Amino acid sequence: MRSGLKLLSTLLVAVTLVAGPVAVGVALAQEPMQAGQNPTGQDPTADAVNEELLFKHESTIRGVVSIPDKRAGNLIQPQGREYRAFHERWLPWIAAVVILGMIVVLAAFLLIKGRMKSPRSAEKIKRYNVLERFTHWMTAACFIVLALSGLNYIFGKRLLMPLIGPDAFGTASQLAKYSHVYLAWPFMLGILLMLALWVKDNIPNRVDWAWLKAGGGVLGGHAHAGRFNAGQKVIFWMVIGFGLAMGFTGIALLFPFTLAGIHGMQLMQVVHASIGALFIAGIILHIYTGTVGIEGSFAAMGKGEVDLAWARAHHDLWVEEQQAKAAGGAHLGHPQPAE
Amino acid sequence: MARMKFLCDADRCIECNACVTACKNEHEVPWGINRRRVVTLNDGRPGERSVSMACMHCTDAPCAAVCPVNCFYTTADAVVLHSKDICIGCGYCFYACPFGAPQYPRIGNFGSRGKMDKCTYCTGGPEPDFSVAEYEKYGSNRLAEGKLPLCAEMCSTKSLLAGDGEMIAAIYKQRVIKRGYGSGAWGWKTAYRETVTI
Ligand code: HEM
Ligand code: SF4
Ligand code: SF4
Repeated sequence: MRSGLKLLSTLLVAVTLVAGPVAVGVALAQEPMQAGQNPTGQDPTADAVNEELLFKHESTIRGVVSIPDKRAGNLIQPQGREYRAFHERWLPWIAAVVILGMIVVLAAFLLIKGRMKSPRSAEKIKRYNVLERFTHWMTAACFIVLALSGLNYIFGKRLLMPLIGPDAFGTASQLAKYSHVYLAWPFMLGILLMLALWVKDNIPNRVDWAWLKAGGGVLGGHAHAGRFNAGQKVIFWMVIGFGLAMGFTGIALLFPFTLAGIHGMQLMQVVHASIGALFIAGIILHIYTGTVGIEGSFAAMGKGEVDLAWARAHHDLWVEEQQAKAAGGAHLGHPQPAE
Repeated sequence: MARMKFLCDADRCIECNACVTACKNEHEVPWGINRRRVVTLNDGRPGERSVSMACMHCTDAPCAAVCPVNCFYTTADAVVLHSKDICIGCGYCFYACPFGAPQYPRIGNFGSRGKMDKCTYCTGGPEPDFSVAEYEKYGSNRLAEGKLPLCAEMCSTKSLLAGDGEMIAAIYKQRVIKRGYGSGAWGWKTAYRETVTI
C-alpha cells in the first residue's frame, strides 16, 4: 500500500517536471513581454490585499504561517502602541498617586486626629487562633514581597536603576521576578484560606449599616460591631476580590497565551497592574488601622488575644457572643469576668 | 550614518521561506524561535500576498519603552538591540511590539520564559564584535563585516530589501513606477510613522 503511494507520487512528480516547462514555454512563446506591461492585460493588483484597506476592516492584520507557532500569523498589531501608552505614560502616575495619596491622607489624619484611644483592662480575650494568625502572616509576608517586586516592574528602572547601575539592577530584578512568581502561590493559598476562615463573620448585615452611619467610631464614639466591623468587612472583601483578580490575571501572565491572545494578554497586564496599585493602597490603610491608627489592635494578630476592654469598645456584640458561648460551656482558654 | 530598515515588496514575495531558513541557520537560532517569518494574507483566495516580517527596528521602539529593566539600546545605524544579560524575560516587549517580533525559548511555562530573542538585523549584540559570547547569545554580526542582513541577501526575488531606509525606498519606488503597481511598504507606517510615497 505504502510503496504503491510512493510510486504514484514519483510518477506525479515526473509528469510535472516534464510537462511544466513545456507549458511555460508555450506561454512565453505566445506573448513576448515588454517592461511595464503585464501579460494578462489586467491590473494584477486589482484585488490584492492592501494594508490600508485591511486596517479599515480590522484592527489587526492576520494571515497564515507555515511555521508551528501560529501566533506568528499576526502580521501587524498596532494596539501595542496603546498598551505602551498605558504602561509608560499612565501607569506610573496612577500607581504613584494612588499609593502616595493614601500615605498622605493617613499621615494627615494621624496628625489631626491622633491615634484612636481605647480603654484598658487587665483581662484578655482570645481573638485569633494559630491557624488564623498563620494564614494572616503568610499572606501578609507574601503580599509585601509581591508588592515590592511588582512595584519594581513599574518604578525600578526609573528610581533604582540610576542608583545601582544596569547590571546590578538586572540581577536584582531577576531575583524580584522569581520571588514574585513563586510567592504568588502561597499568597493565593492564603487568600483561599482567609475566605474559608472568615467569610462567615464577614457577611454584611444591619449592624454594619448603623456602624457606617455612626462614622465607624472614626468621627465620633464607638458603634456596635460583631467580630468584624463594617470597615473590616470592606477590607476583607477587598482582599478577597482583589486577591482573586490578581491571582487570575497573574496566572494568565505566568502561562502566556493559554487563556488569552495578544490583546487579552495586554488587557490582563493592564488589569493586574492597576488592581495591584489599588490593592497596595488598600493594604496600607489596613496596616495603618492595625498598628498606629488604633491603639491595642496589633495584639489581635500579634499575640492572638486582645484586651477585653478594647474588645468591648470595638467589637461589643462579638464579646457578648463569646461570653454567652463560654457561659454555655465552651472553653475560651481564659477566665472570664463575671458580668 | 545610515538609518537601517527592512522593506518587503509583497508583490514579489513567493513565500519560499528562504529568508526564514537563512536566518535560522546563520544565527543558529534555538528551537521554536523564528526571528523572521512569512505571513500569507488571503491565503488561497484572489489577491493573496505574502509578507516576510521580522523586527522592523522601529523608530521610538515600543519594546524599548515598556521594558522594565531598560535592556534595549539603539545602534548608530538605528538598529534596535537588547542585552540578554539584563533581560528578565517578563514578556512585556511582546505585548508592546506591533509585529510580534520578540520570542522566548519557552512559551507556555511557569516562571521563566527565558531571555527574549529577536532579529538583530545581523548586528550581534552588546558583547565585543565577533566574540564567541556575541555569537552564542545573538548570532553573527554581518553589519560589522560590512554586509547587510542575510535574509535580504538570500531573497531569490529580491522582494525583501534591507539597507538604508532612503535607498531601499528609492529602489521600491522605481519598481512600482516601472511595473505600474505595488501594495506598499508593509508595516512602515506603524514602525516608522511614515510610508513610501509614490
Ligand atoms: C496572586 C498571585 C500573583 C501572580 C500569579 C502574579 C504574577 C505576576 C506576573 C506573571 C507578572 C508579570 C511579570 C513577569 O512575569 O515577570 C506580574 C506583574 C506585576 N504584579 Fe503580580 N502576581 C500576583 C500578585 C500580585 C500582587 C498581590 C501584587 C501587588 C499588590 C502584584 C503586583 C504586580 C505588579 C505591580 C506587576 C507589574 C505590572 C506592570 O509592570 O505593569 N502582583 N505579576
Ligand atoms: S518591531 Fe517590535 S521588537 Fe522590533 S523594534 Fe519594533 S517594537 Fe521592538
Ligand atoms: S522580556 Fe526582556 S527585553 Fe522584553 S521587556 Fe521583558 S525584560 Fe525587557
